[in-house]
Amino acid sequence: MQKVFGGSVGHSVKLKNGEPVAGFRMTSCRRATALSSAVRAAAMILVSLAFSFSGGAFANTHEYTLGNGLKLIVKEDHRSPVVISQIWYKAGSIDEVNGVTGVAHVLEHMMFKGTEKVPGGEFSTRIAAAGGRENAFTSRDYTAYYQQLHKSRLPLAMELESDRMRNLVLTEEDFAQEIKVVMEERRLRTDDQPRALVHEKMMATAYQSHPYRHPVVGWMNDLENMSVHDAQAWYDRWYVPNNAVLVVVGDVNPQQVFVLARKYYGHIKSGKVLPLDKRKPQAEPSQLGTKRLTVKAPARLPYLAMAYHAPALRNPDTDWEPYALEMLAGVLDGNESARLNKELVREQRIASSAGASYDSTARGPGMFYLDGTPSEGKTASELETALRAEVEKLVRDGVTAEELARVKAQVVASHVFQLDSMSFQAMQIGQLESIGLSYRDEDTILRKLQAVTAEQVRDVAKKYLRDESLTVAVLDPQPLEQKAPAAAPAGLRH
Amino acid sequence: MHVMRCLFFLLAGVYSQWAFATLPIQHWQASSGARVFFVESRELPILDVSVDFSAGSSTDTREKSGRAGMTLYLSSLGAGGLTEDQISKALADVGAQLGAHFDEDRAGLTLRTLSSARERGRALDILGRVVQHPAFDINVLEREKVRVVAGLREADTKPDNIADRTLMKMLYGNHPYGLRGSGEIDSVSALQREDLVDLHRSRYSAADAVVSIMGDVSRAEAAAIAESLTKELVQEKPVYNLLEVTAPIADTKRISHPATQSHIQLAYPGLRRDDPDYFPLLVGNHILGGGGFTSRLMEEIRRKRGLAYSVHSHFSPLREQGPFEIGLQTQKEQSEEALALTRKILADFVAGGPTEEELAAAKQNIIGSFPLRIDSNRKIISYLAMIGFYKLPLTYLDDYVKAVAKVTVSQVSEAFRRRIDPMGMVAVVVGAESKK
Repeated sequence: MQKVFGGSVGHSVKLKNGEPVAGFRMTSCRRATALSSAVRAAAMILVSLAFSFSGGAFANTHEYTLGNGLKLIVKEDHRSPVVISQIWYKAGSIDEVNGVTGVAHVLEHMMFKGTEKVPGGEFSTRIAAAGGRENAFTSRDYTAYYQQLHKSRLPLAMELESDRMRNLVLTEEDFAQEIKVVMEERRLRTDDQPRALVHEKMMATAYQSHPYRHPVVGWMNDLENMSVHDAQAWYDRWYVPNNAVLVVVGDVNPQQVFVLARKYYGHIKSGKVLPLDKRKPQAEPSQLGTKRLTVKAPARLPYLAMAYHAPALRNPDTDWEPYALEMLAGVLDGNESARLNKELVREQRIASSAGASYDSTARGPGMFYLDGTPSEGKTASELETALRAEVEKLVRDGVTAEELARVKAQVVASHVFQLDSMSFQAMQIGQLESIGLSYRDEDTILRKLQAVTAEQVRDVAKKYLRDESLTVAVLDPQPLEQKAPAAAPAGLRH
Repeated sequence: MHVMRCLFFLLAGVYSQWAFATLPIQHWQASSGARVFFVESRELPILDVSVDFSAGSSTDTREKSGRAGMTLYLSSLGAGGLTEDQISKALADVGAQLGAHFDEDRAGLTLRTLSSARERGRALDILGRVVQHPAFDINVLEREKVRVVAGLREADTKPDNIADRTLMKMLYGNHPYGLRGSGEIDSVSALQREDLVDLHRSRYSAADAVVSIMGDVSRAEAAAIAESLTKELVQEKPVYNLLEVTAPIADTKRISHPATQSHIQLAYPGLRRDDPDYFPLLVGNHILGGGGFTSRLMEEIRRKRGLAYSVHSHFSPLREQGPFEIGLQTQKEQSEEALALTRKILADFVAGGPTEEELAAAKQNIIGSFPLRIDSNRKIISYLAMIGFYKLPLTYLDDYVKAVAKVTVSQVSEAFRRRIDPMGMVAVVVGAESKK
């Protein structure tokens, strides 16, 4: 089940018929609504575990650090004469403060507005002329920019990307246009999407103090009151080589890539920037009881989402709980025969769809999610009872060896399948590096996932899927004829 | 919902200084009559297989709308003596991924598996059963009908779905391309097991099947796979008589909706797969609204005026004329302004054509990005399936490059003027600003 939590927003999205620019959950805030069409359901879109790990053997991966602190990671993949170059900045919505939520993402949009050397939309024009594709995305934890091109054009990508690391020209005029685009993006992906609204409000409720309570795209009122100076301040603070990781995957020679990187990025001065471990932790105070919320929006079917606070991966070698939680999500929702689909959708028929997900890799705290759509005639409350019963059953009876082996087989296979995509490989590296882990942890993670026991799965279910740390959000569908107050508060509009 | 079309492949070719080997496609006919397309690649221990049939939503009628989609969907929910649960478990046990491709023309099943003997053998055994012996269990059908109907009711509240469905009805009238792939509430509710059995018997024929195989197997192994996936299918060649598409009646529908944005879509009959205007229209569209950040629509609507986050135009080539569509979303209060501007950009383009500079840039991008289009097994098998299904030449990828390179400004202008009537477009605005 695709997840949107902690999803990111991007510079552009192709809504139809486009090849997904980078086909991972990272680039999209749109939830895959399994039932939005029968055909969609028929597509049985790839069984995707929530595992974000892959990459495996890093024998062909090389790491360098330039004098200014820029880290470079090169992974060789010689299957095709192409390359992907990604620059990751360790600055996402987690680093924002009240009043300027969404600024990380707004700056990402502004990064395409030009420098003195490469003005206006020339960045995109030049990449396009080189047969390249490009885009960018912002998440809770980082902001990243990428180009995919023929390997001979890597120098161009580096020349342009390094130029805008420090030489961006931000003007009032460009900002005034672009902030409107971002507000349209928010309307498209959140305000008019009932389930996205549910998730936005659920996160804002589940987290009381941690910045994960703010949406990556930002609150509308903050966007309306944002200025070019906010964007400038963000840029000045975070866009320095010692806060960035350059990831290059493709048909390249690592040493030559290093020489190129030194040529284009080497002269940029490092800046004063807090390393990840020196930034404020803003640890969430413990939740002392279940929180509940209702979202009214135009829709036909109710929808239920449940979020339990859970740990995230901090030390890949010694942690075990995050791996067990990944397996728990897999046992519940890792494949068509997993418990939630089998029991609640196929057998009891209480749900049209039901899912579980967990993402262990994040700078901030983790969260374990259950969600689902009740069948026609069933209520969100009945579905909640059924989901809780599945959790209780699991805590009571544990999981079978067969179930666990099945999830592990999928982990192994999807790890191999991901090697078919260069951009996916680059994503794995970039994500781990930008949240304070290392690309080298990929193998550890894979190994530790394989080592999870049935008892551990049961233990984490018992420990973390508790009422005290639960937030329950329900979509209360409203008829279309009625104005939806949640979606369009009149006071927020121009 | 109208989408799930074949991905729109803007194939492209080679910069002369870049030497690429032509994709080494091997092609033969299985003893069942199925046509087989194979690319051997030993670099990753992965095997991708797809089996496609002429069994897309255009085989539906208004009364049976949704039949083709349901037939494809149900084929994996019980087949060859295995229950849906046994199938799901068997696939998950070897980490295999079963998927589907569905559009107006085509229904296909796809499998991705590890290529090691045990995993591959088990996964292919399941695929063979699903393709050839779907059970169409009545109990499962009744359950899925309920789920699909619930999904349709939900979809009918969403502005993008409402827009899409309305637009395709306006564009295609009674032509089956105007039917929603997932069907309608009453037609899906009325589907019977016999409907699915009939479609499977008449359309899932070996004589018409296209088997695409990509990855880590030998030619001999590929041949055996193709046999095992098709030998138990019926062999009679299906008869199909898809109507030609006729020009729509120009109209603009405005539908109210409580969303904050209006979803604006325009359409006109576009390209056939074997269309003589294929390349001029495709390259022209790249300039108009297909080329990402550098297109005219993007420049005028997003960059200069901030009216929308996403704006695009595209052709979806099909056996008969697939749609040419333009789409954007904008704040309700400015929807009329955005619609008028979109119409003007289109009209200007059709009247004046592209500039030499625009054409050169489009060609550079399309041709230069060619290697990105075949840089993974997954992308390559999509091309194999498309080439096979539409009976395109095996040299399609190479030809594409040459054809794009030859397109001239006057060809683009002339083709757009002849084929796209800006005044004749059908248009829909969902979430139109309510009258004060």
